[in-house]
Amino acid sequence: MNYRWEWEVFLRDTGGGQTYLEWMMSAWGWTLSVAVCAWVVALLVGVVVGTLRTLPSRGWVLAGNAWVELFRNIPLLVQIFLWYHVVPAMVPALKSAPSFLLVVFALGFFTSARVAEQVRAGIQSLPSGQRMAGLAMGLTLAQTYRYVMLPMAFRIVIPPLTSEAMNVIKNSSVAFAVSISELTLFALQAQEETSRGIEVYLAVTTLYMVSAFGVNRLMAWIERRVRVPGFAGAAR
Amino acid sequence: MLDLDLTFFSADLFEKFILQGLIFSVQLTLVAMVGGIVFGTVLAMMRLSGKPWLAIPATAYVNGMRSIPLVMVILWFFLLIPFMIGRPIGAELSAFITFTAFEAAYFSEIMRAGIQSVSRGQVHAGQAMGLTYAQNMRFIILPQAFRNMLPVLLTQTIILFQDTSLVYAIGAYDLLKGFEISGKNFNRPIEAYLLAAVSYFVICYSLSYMVKRLQSRIAIIR
Repeated sequence: MNYRWEWEVFLRDTGGGQTYLEWMMSAWGWTLSVAVCAWVVALLVGVVVGTLRTLPSRGWVLAGNAWVELFRNIPLLVQIFLWYHVVPAMVPALKSAPSFLLVVFALGFFTSARVAEQVRAGIQSLPSGQRMAGLAMGLTLAQTYRYVMLPMAFRIVIPPLTSEAMNVIKNSSVAFAVSISELTLFALQAQEETSRGIEVYLAVTTLYMVSAFGVNRLMAWIERRVRVPGFAGAAR
Repeated sequence: MLDLDLTFFSADLFEKFILQGLIFSVQLTLVAMVGGIVFGTVLAMMRLSGKPWLAIPATAYVNGMRSIPLVMVILWFFLLIPFMIGRPIGAELSAFITFTAFEAAYFSEIMRAGIQSVSRGQVHAGQAMGLTYAQNMRFIILPQAFRNMLPVLLTQTIILFQDTSLVYAIGAYDLLKGFEISGKNFNRPIEAYLLAAVSYFVICYSLSYMVKRLQSRIAIIR
């Protein structure tokens, strides 16, 4: 195929005093900010909800299950619209909240359901003797979780969490729907303005792949750093 | 608190705005599921063939698709297909092609695990019986792989149904769009988005409940 590349498009002025390259870099920054903030929310909420689902009390388990089912069975895009249109109408305090914050909560809570699922599986994969040994030592249930079970469970769930962390980067692209100026919105708008869709999409796709690869390496580094010699995953 | 008025939602409105979108979302899900499983199985067999000229392109395709956001894939196809065939195609047709191509990558990973889950003894027994590679696949390996992976394939299909809402990016008329438009027409956006969320939840939750039932039934038989 005979396609005339025109990479100079990135040096063109957008009309707002910056080039398309500069715009794209700031859009990349937004993508990473949304993803990192949502990941923090997802980890905090997901660890709590995942732990609740392993407790002996039936009420907490049900509440945790309900949380996971609720956020897993509604498409992310619909959840983002809910946060954007419905939540501010319900909670007056969020009426003037920036859409960045709303998207972070939407993506964070959506991902928290998946993180909770992995954390629960990680805790349940521990031999039950660990819980019993902790309790037999005279530790309270909370202490058993804090000092015996969670430290091991966290290490077990790092590999599945790596793919969730990469998913957060990819899913942050849905934020374009509520006009967050991230990579996908940049791709849409720059394509429309310049008609050089292929160059623009190629650059944006590359940035997404670079980001996902970076997350992958970072998680692998963390996995190596926290490894406990003689336990799961240490053999590699 | 919230002042909800759901009276605008009538059977008439459902028929006029929602039904069309619902049918499209379901069609898109089914086409992408069937097409994705077929192409995904081919990709999985290519990856497991042991021949580099088959395995390398298939691996590159699967990993490439899986490392790009679905929204970008939707935009790519919407840009590239008209560019290659020289005339514009509708958002709906573009969505059918995109989702089949995209889901093939995910289904191929499932089918690959499924093929590998069939014990070596079965494969060797088939070969010892004098079956060709194709016959062995067709009669021995794929039926078992398919059955082992049935719950996972169905779970992926539920995710696929949720993902169809992303055709929003190219403006195709799906279930979500139906709710959005009726919300705009009756000036009830909040209620419309809530109803959309409830619909998706009811559909996906009941489907995943059925998958769970199926999974336990399969587990008992074996």
